[in-house]
Amino acid sequence: MADSPPNSKTQIAVVGGGPGGYVAAFRAADLGLDVTLIDLDENPGGVCLYRGCIPSKALLHVAKLLNETKEASEWGVTFGEPQIDLDALRAFKDRVVAKMTGGLGQLSKARKVTYVRGRARFTGPQSLQVDLHGGGQQDLQFEQAILATGSRPVMLPAFDINSERIMDSTGALELPDVPKRLLVVGGGIIGLELGQVYAALGSKVSVVEMTGGLVPPADRDLVKVLSKRLQAQFDGVYLNTKVTGVSDNGSALDVAWEPTAGGPSETHTFDRILLSIGRRPNSEDLGLETTKVQLTDRGFVSVDGQRRTAEPTIFAIGDVIGSALAHVASREGIVVAEVMAGQRSAFEPNAIPSVVYTDPEIAWCGLTEQEAEGQDIKVARFPWAASGRATTLGRSDGVTKLIVDPQTERILGVGIAGPGAGELIAEGVLAVEMAALVQDVAMSIHPHPSLSETVMEAAEAYHGLSPHITAPKRK
Amino acid sequence: MAEFKLPDLGENIESGEVINILVSVGDTLSEDQPVIELETDKAVIEVPSSVSGTITEILVSKGDQAVVGQVLIKVDGDTSTGAQPASQPAPAAVAQSAAAAAAVETASETPAAASQAPAASAAGPLEVMLPELGEGIDSGDVVSLLVAVGDTVEEEQGLVELEIDKGVVELPAPSAGVVQAIHVQQGDTASIGQLMVTLTGSTTATVPASAPAAASRPGAAVAPATTTPAPAAATMPAPSAPAPQVAGRPVPAAPSVRRLSREIGVDISGVQGSGPGGRISAADIKAHSKKLHESGPRTAAAAPLPDFSKWGEIERQPFSNVRRITAQRMSASWSTIPHVTQFDQCDTTDLEAWRKSFGKEVEKAGAKLTPTAIVLKVAAAALRKFPQFSSSIDMAGEEIIRKNYCHIGVAVDTKRGLLVPVIRDVDKKSITKISVELGEMAEKTRTGRISVDDMQGGCFTVSNLGGIGGTAFTPIVNAPEVAILGVARGSTQPVYVDGELQPRMIMPLSLSYDHRVIDGADGARFLRYICQGLENPYFLAFEG
Repeated sequence: MADSPPNSKTQIAVVGGGPGGYVAAFRAADLGLDVTLIDLDENPGGVCLYRGCIPSKALLHVAKLLNETKEASEWGVTFGEPQIDLDALRAFKDRVVAKMTGGLGQLSKARKVTYVRGRARFTGPQSLQVDLHGGGQQDLQFEQAILATGSRPVMLPAFDINSERIMDSTGALELPDVPKRLLVVGGGIIGLELGQVYAALGSKVSVVEMTGGLVPPADRDLVKVLSKRLQAQFDGVYLNTKVTGVSDNGSALDVAWEPTAGGPSETHTFDRILLSIGRRPNSEDLGLETTKVQLTDRGFVSVDGQRRTAEPTIFAIGDVIGSALAHVASREGIVVAEVMAGQRSAFEPNAIPSVVYTDPEIAWCGLTEQEAEGQDIKVARFPWAASGRATTLGRSDGVTKLIVDPQTERILGVGIAGPGAGELIAEGVLAVEMAALVQDVAMSIHPHPSLSETVMEAAEAYHGLSPHITAPKRK
Repeated sequence: MAEFKLPDLGENIESGEVINILVSVGDTLSEDQPVIELETDKAVIEVPSSVSGTITEILVSKGDQAVVGQVLIKVDGDTSTGAQPASQPAPAAVAQSAAAAAAVETASETPAAASQAPAASAAGPLEVMLPELGEGIDSGDVVSLLVAVGDTVEEEQGLVELEIDKGVVELPAPSAGVVQAIHVQQGDTASIGQLMVTLTGSTTATVPASAPAAASRPGAAVAPATTTPAPAAATMPAPSAPAPQVAGRPVPAAPSVRRLSREIGVDISGVQGSGPGGRISAADIKAHSKKLHESGPRTAAAAPLPDFSKWGEIERQPFSNVRRITAQRMSASWSTIPHVTQFDQCDTTDLEAWRKSFGKEVEKAGAKLTPTAIVLKVAAAALRKFPQFSSSIDMAGEEIIRKNYCHIGVAVDTKRGLLVPVIRDVDKKSITKISVELGEMAEKTRTGRISVDDMQGGCFTVSNLGGIGGTAFTPIVNAPEVAILGVARGSTQPVYVDGELQPRMIMPLSLSYDHRVIDGADGARFLRYICQGLENPYFLAFEG
């Protein structure tokens, strides 16, 4: 998309075109406001579309296919060793990205959102300056602005040795090669997803995680379903372990690690490292010192429930305030657009879904069991071993559970582990947001055979009435 | 020193009427604490503070029209961040492998945790004292005991019925429990702070005793439950079967319902859901808002009627249609029109002589020449001279509607109640013709043959109670008209005429008018003009 001719004035300036910024810009335009969207990339999309959610899912789809060709031998179908054309695979991923971001460019034009490609810096509470991508500068006056500049991968000093063998998630999505030995540092969502991609492509993958478990925010019973499979797919998973030193010996990386509790150090050799220990907000070099916008000591922008910063004309959404999920940023973008259009909107969800797009997937929303510790709750579980659909897929290791308030029998949270959990969790979000009771879900007819039945059967299991399990587990 | 200004109330709402002030000077105000109850044309809302500190000044009073941006309250020692945002969730939210991420998610998913706590229920004996009942009230008479020793009571269930100056109120239970002792008897006068009832035990074990409740419940300027329960005047009927909501749980309402409550300014954490599991519906939000409105300061006025039969025999009669409409119209007129009543009196000695001499002429036309007929003719002349008195006001359109016709209503006392038939084009008719029509119309009205059309289209109303008596009265404007003339009984009075005491016929007049359209001086001029017209039969002729 060509840069639009610079306007010197706009009602709404949106800085950052990710799923927070572009959704805010589009909604504001739909509500009749005059909007300018500023981003470094050619089209809106941000990290999510260019180097995050979307490209990683394209690769995970391929990884799942590769894994299934191996599983198929158990069902009497044997494939030969897959031939992987890395350039073609990369091109597929790039096509997906180009299609999606190009589409956003068109949607932006159709809404008459002025798209400016460049880097913006605030010069005051109602003005900013853009270093245009094509060269030159543009000053822009605005009535209100949205800061949606996102985040970037964290780099640790120990890994900052100027070695091309050390990648962050952006680098890993570029598929430079398929390393023989890959070390993933950080057992969170991004590390496990990309680790699984490289494992499927043929790398021997090891994971080092500082805490005692993978994907710390998720309930352990859900993670267990995934980690069982990872143990077979990965070379090693090292928990409670921290990396103490990395050096590039010219042909590979020597990595030293030791238990976080202290103990003997070990050294292992890898061809590449994927550093995925977290992301940090892009809140520097934005000229925020010319405004009243305040940052926390970790660099996140401070906001209120309407996502207003300390500067009344400036809002902030998404990763830059610590929201960390694209779908949260999008919702925040809508709230802010509505607030700017004069509506009494506020960000107040009862359920935010989180999904780990590994195979199997893990998804949860609302209250988790670990969050509910000490609270009066009951958990209804339905093991997928009792699901016909799961068995046809050869995936009877999954689980669906409901976290229930025993006083009202209201569903407070839902957790799912198994293929398709990321899709199934949407029903859980609706149940929690609508304050559905266990009965409501149990009495809603679900299609048979489907994985979605596990949600209904978990609800039936709450009262010990699931047809397919005889001794419902209760906690 | 910080100021709290009336915040934006939402679409197209620029102002509202202050119907209750929920804080007092000297109170410690916290952020989000409701400060006033405001009635907008959409709903009654509670306006939460955005500042905190000690209240030094309250700049509005009940009944004031508060405009968005107007300073409502000044506080000292504002400790809030004001426009500044609340502190952010821990940055660990994006750190994929940081254990703290779980905690962050909790924070973002349950933003309202602290405000959803239901009232605490204490485990030990709970002494329920008589709370402050309102300004200037320091005691109340125990009308009846609503519970007995051993009864299990719900939170907010009425314990004792008290009569105060303003009406009968209930003393609510500050929490659920069992009545251990009742310390007052029917007929006792209880003073503020007096021990009324002792409750024991909590029946709702699920409600954590530590839940911080009172402050987050709307509408209740509630002191700690253990000593002073919610002001009885704000009591609502005990909910029949409340589903307990556990502290920290997200509010059981769909996103659309939560949006509605936000938009009309209802604190949803105080709303009792009527659905399964205490689920809150849109209807619950509206009912709650209405209840807040009704349980506000107007409770006293709308207090339940006492049982009159206690003092003797009574009978109940349903409203007739005329009564219902009169009640509605008069309430609406009285409460929406800023009334002023101007008094004057005129010397009708000459008019009476003139009326007698012309009376026979009118009799030939088959009618009686009454003072009302003459007043109508004079009023028509006055309305032509002062056209604002025959106008109507269009507040929505911000316009004054003037009528270039002169139809005048005449209040008629009938068995069915007050009716106001209208005489058309009074300015174009002779007094004889007016007398004839008045006679016909009065007859039609009293015999019930009057049509709705006959009673519509008036520009002004005359109410003559002179035939009955009275020295003066203050009539209520017959909206959408803007003025009404009241005629009281004329009498012979000693009056100095040219330094000599003479018996003169004096007729008292009262003019009530809508001060929105009519200024005081014009009111006085209009009434004086009518007096002059009545005093001197030639005045109008000269006025032309």
